[in-house]
Amino acid sequence: MQAIQEITKPDLSGLHLVPEPRPVIQLEHIHKTYTMGDVQVHALRGVSLTIREGEFVAIMGASGSGKSTTMNILGCLDRPTKGSYILDGQDVSEMTKDERADIRSRKIGFVFQGFNLLSRTSAVENVELPMLYAGVSGSQRHARAMASLAAVGLAGREQNHPNQLSGGQQQRVAVARALVNNPALILADEPTGNLDSRTAVEVMEIFQRLNRERGITLILVTHEQDIAQYAKRVIVFKDGKIRKDYQVEDQRNAAEELKNLPVIEDDDEDE
Amino acid sequence: MNLLMIIRVAFRALQRNKMRAALTMLGIIIGVSAVVAMVSIGQGAQAAVAAQIDSIGTNLLFVSAGAQNVGGVRSGTGDTGTNTLTVEDLDAIKREVPSVSMVTPTVNSRGQLVSGNMNWNTSIQGVSEQYPEVRKWMVQSGEFFTESDVRTAGRVLVIGQTIADNLFAGGDPIGQTVRVQNLPFRVIGVMVKKGQDQQGRDQDDIAFSPYTTVQKKILGSPRLQIAYVSAVSPDATYTAQQQITELLRQRHKLNANDPDDFTVRNMSDIAEAANETNNTMTMLLACIAGVSLLVGGIGIMNIMLVSVTERTREIGIRMAIGARSSAVKSQFLIESIVLSLMGGSIGILLGVGVSLAIPKMLGWPTLISTMAIVGSVVFSIAVGVFFGYYPARKAAALDPIDALRYE
Repeated sequence: MQAIQEITKPDLSGLHLVPEPRPVIQLEHIHKTYTMGDVQVHALRGVSLTIREGEFVAIMGASGSGKSTTMNILGCLDRPTKGSYILDGQDVSEMTKDERADIRSRKIGFVFQGFNLLSRTSAVENVELPMLYAGVSGSQRHARAMASLAAVGLAGREQNHPNQLSGGQQQRVAVARALVNNPALILADEPTGNLDSRTAVEVMEIFQRLNRERGITLILVTHEQDIAQYAKRVIVFKDGKIRKDYQVEDQRNAAEELKNLPVIEDDDEDE
Repeated sequence: MNLLMIIRVAFRALQRNKMRAALTMLGIIIGVSAVVAMVSIGQGAQAAVAAQIDSIGTNLLFVSAGAQNVGGVRSGTGDTGTNTLTVEDLDAIKREVPSVSMVTPTVNSRGQLVSGNMNWNTSIQGVSEQYPEVRKWMVQSGEFFTESDVRTAGRVLVIGQTIADNLFAGGDPIGQTVRVQNLPFRVIGVMVKKGQDQQGRDQDDIAFSPYTTVQKKILGSPRLQIAYVSAVSPDATYTAQQQITELLRQRHKLNANDPDDFTVRNMSDIAEAANETNNTMTMLLACIAGVSLLVGGIGIMNIMLVSVTERTREIGIRMAIGARSSAVKSQFLIESIVLSLMGGSIGILLGVGVSLAIPKMLGWPTLISTMAIVGSVVFSIAVGVFFGYYPARKAAALDPIDALRYE
């Protein structure tokens, strides 16, 4: 653990004159109010937040704390009622539905709790899907999808359909899909919620590796404290506001843990 | 995302549920094949009528006694009760109208033909020696009677194939004697076989005799019902029609405001009337078939609506990873069009197959209409767009957050 921090840190802490990495996300006084009948629900009450390139952030909070709303706004699935959101240098808070769809296509990769893969569609085709909407040419699409699947350790499983893959493998397909358009950030909403503990660690290992090796900015929404410990920074929501925002002191290392975990399932079993 | 991609995506989506896609298409298949087959039958009938009229000759005119409307009293043309057309009228037409080349009166009667121990009831038509040329209907064996037979009211008969078959059963009828009302007639010719007409009547069940013979020896009445007149050319028919009308009005001493007491019709009028009837029939059949196409379209809409609900999550995923609403809308619209167009194509094949089988199985003439095929394709695309639009719009209007949460 120590060793890894020493390897990744130097060029950040060593030279004080070098500016901090540029911000990927800048939220300023975000408010979100839902109207349900006559009742106004204040889901977010002034959230300001900056996330920089290469960060690995875990967003925590109980249900109703505003973390899901934040997630939807960060993912450009929803618009704030008030406040500004600058994603990768672009103000997205006033964008139309179509513009937000384009932003999602190019800048954001999603990983969901329920995997959300298209059924009866092969892994490689699932991964190709975002490129379809981004207008990537056919041959490039296939090559990039194959590379992306290889990056999450699914080489050889490209033609399998979701029902022929284990939960962990399905989630890795989802990660490959999120990665494939080289997004500015990956948003993972409870990515380990449907996985057993070992598979959860495996998925976290992929996230940590992508963050470490490729410098991909990751935002992880979870309600599990021990999953949040794999991130570098934790933001805790409560009642629509940020309650805590801290750097993780003793970040867990999924790769190290995996070595010590007993192998429960044979990952490469044939369907 | 280009159109080709959307089409591929739509095909993939349909492949995931083949059975349902096939059943949905069935509605369109039945509708389109019905339209194609019905229009083929209608067009076939029309073509048959046209061919028949053509074989009769487009320079043919009919002059009949009586008018369809005389002084407000309707009476049928060629009514046996009217005496307004005479042999002298016809002679005058032949003599004085330059655009007329040939004239033959017809006098209709029925009688029992007896030969040996065989007998046959048939229509005996009294005509002139020019009948074969006017009607373009020649004798197959023997010969038609001559002008002198007409002048002398000779007891000669030219018979149709049906009579030849029924009275002489394979033997040669030429020179045989046939008794009509106990009068002996000599058979001098047999007409070429013509087959059934449009109404299914046997055109060969007929015997011809000089009109003078029929008038004097069979009917005992000088009445004429109808006369066939040949104009010198098809273009001359209208002139001939006008000239005949003028001449007959003069001969019948009709005042300027008296209605005609005869009727002159030309073949193209009759062809037009026949075409109109056939067109009405074709339209009616096509409309009924069109209703089934409409029902098929509603089937598509129904399935597409179910599909949108069922695939709400898929729509959410597509939107979350960057599909614009328009891309989702296009996908569902194209799915619907693919369904209807594939159904339409299969329907056309089936319809053409049925159209080819009908003449063999039912003996009805059919004519496969390119218009019906093109029309069906256009109509099935229209059905796809029309009935696919609402479900597609519903899909596109989904909110990705809600769609993703949908169980």
